Amino acid sequence: MAGLEIRNVQKSFGTTPILHGVSIDIQDGEFVILVGPSGCGKSTLLRMIAGLENITAGEIRIGSRVVNAVPPKERDIAMVFQNYALYPHMTVRDNMAFSLKLRKAPKDETATRVNRAAAILGLEKLLDRYPRQLSGGQRQRVAMGRAIVRDPQVFLFDEPLSNLDAKLRVAMRAEIKELHQRLRTTTVYVTHDQIEAMTMADKIVVMHDGNVEQIGAPLELYDRPDNMFVAGFIGSPAMNFLKGQVTGNSFRTDGGLTLPLPTRGARPAEGQRAVYGLRPEHVRLAEGGVPVEVAVVEPTGSETLVLVRPPGEAAGTDLVKDLGRDMACVFRERIAARPGERIAITADPNLVHLFDPESGRRLS
Amino acid sequence: MAETTADHSEGMAYLDTLPRRIVTVYIPLIIILVVLLFPFYWMALTAIKPDEQLIDMDTYNPFWVVSPTLKHISKLLFETQYPVWLWNTMFVSVAATILSLFASVLAAYAIVRIRYKGAALVGGAIFLAYLVPPSILFIPLATIIQAYGLFDSPLALILVYPTILIPFSTWLLMGYFKTIPYELEECALIDGAGRWQILTKIILPLAVPGLISAGIFSLTLCWNEFIYALTFLSSTPNKTVPVAVVSEFVDGDIYRWGSLMAGALVGSLPLVILYSFFVEHYVSAMTGAVKE
Repeated sequence: MAGLEIRNVQKSFGTTPILHGVSIDIQDGEFVILVGPSGCGKSTLLRMIAGLENITAGEIRIGSRVVNAVPPKERDIAMVFQNYALYPHMTVRDNMAFSLKLRKAPKDETATRVNRAAAILGLEKLLDRYPRQLSGGQRQRVAMGRAIVRDPQVFLFDEPLSNLDAKLRVAMRAEIKELHQRLRTTTVYVTHDQIEAMTMADKIVVMHDGNVEQIGAPLELYDRPDNMFVAGFIGSPAMNFLKGQVTGNSFRTDGGLTLPLPTRGARPAEGQRAVYGLRPEHVRLAEGGVPVEVAVVEPTGSETLVLVRPPGEAAGTDLVKDLGRDMACVFRERIAARPGERIAITADPNLVHLFDPESGRRLS
Repeated sequence: MAETTADHSEGMAYLDTLPRRIVTVYIPLIIILVVLLFPFYWMALTAIKPDEQLIDMDTYNPFWVVSPTLKHISKLLFETQYPVWLWNTMFVSVAATILSLFASVLAAYAIVRIRYKGAALVGGAIFLAYLVPPSILFIPLATIIQAYGLFDSPLALILVYPTILIPFSTWLLMGYFKTIPYELEECALIDGAGRWQILTKIILPLAVPGLISAGIFSLTLCWNEFIYALTFLSSTPNKTVPVAVVSEFVDGDIYRWGSLMAGALVGSLPLVILYSFFVEHYVSAMTGAVKE
């Protein structure tokens, strides 16, 4: 096993720049997830680590070795592809043994390794089947088995769960995490699903437009997002952004709501323009709070999502200018309110954020 | 889903009643069958007709045979050099097919998967080569064959046939290789395979239906080829079946129909047998793709 070091890596396809200098340090045994919207360059970066794409500038090290010019087969990595890329004409056993056969490993060693990997993943009974005879989840497991068999320094996963249905995805998520806890192999995992990222990663790298927006542990990103992009990307439903300015001891939004200033960090100047970041789950019902009008109520059982707007406003106006939608609130308690009724809310001042409206960076 | 099913059944609903099926399916099928099979029937019939029934259409029904005979066939096999011709045909066809397939696989793989400058251009040029008719090419080719001293040898045909076979096979295989997911190759690359191993262990096993159809197509084309075989071969023992049958069983203006048709019949049997084995592969290669 080995760590992975990505130093100011750039990538262009022709004259189109894809990555603008990305630097990431990955410790030995760490589970790192690259997450971002589609087109942010995360898959390209993963493919560069694998050696499937050239590196335009910068440096990638696996362990202490610079691998920029090393062909994929000598990088000692294993990759799980989005559509699994199982060899259709080989049985599960042959699929898993293929890389060892190419390395001319002794037959009994190959068999031992395949059986061990099969045992880890519960594939023993499927070894003589062909990929077409397997379900989606089983194929996924075979693809992982193929990676495990090689006992590589680094595992690479390219959106491995996106072809599975929702239920299976949750199950496989846990399985991959457990596998990592068991094998402790350095893992780089690409996904566009922030829930996957939050639940599985030791460290998340949020990417956007070919740049790294923030690197940190899942809860760190959730609690202290560096900028509005990360704040809006991590967390579901997404954070509410309310434009307004600091007035006295509180924040007055352009929509006319008065909300408490964050308690953390330095106090912003009086009259300063800012964007107020408020996660839906940090909105509280409060007697004597800010009155708002209920627009939509979506109960899910465990919690209730309520979309609200300032009283008397038409849908989507002013309150959340950037998003053009109503403000989302999630309450653990069941809400009996109907659309059109008024409720009083407030925000937990320990959990709100202020961002610079121009740069989008975190204030304080 | 329910919607598409409904659409589907509606689309085929006109086949629900027998009279409609007869008009829309069976009658056209029968017409096609008759048109396609009649020459074969005529050939087989003529091959077993005794001499006196061959051209006497007044006494005998031309569409039937009374007291069939194997005389033509036995004469063909034991009194002429037909077995040698058949062997020549087989040898030339198989050798040319193998040569063409080998070259086509390499060409098609390189054009489809190795991203080099002008790959598309080369693909187009190969297709253009396919469009040049043999009747234009045979004179220049004859000069070349003469220059290399290959005239009247099977090698002449083995080397010339690929000029028609490679373009077509390359195009067929290019289409086939394109359907094989690129990830499979990348995965093999990470697994430690080189280009050659990827080609032999991943691509070719998956392209077997494509190889079979390219092979059958090439073999058929060589087997039936006439112009080049007529031009480049002169001595009787070197001839292939299509040329030999026409040149050896026609004396001036006398057509020995019985021997001619027997030669044609026996000559086409190997292909018929081959097709019957591989017809499913052939069809699937023309329509299908690799399914994981």
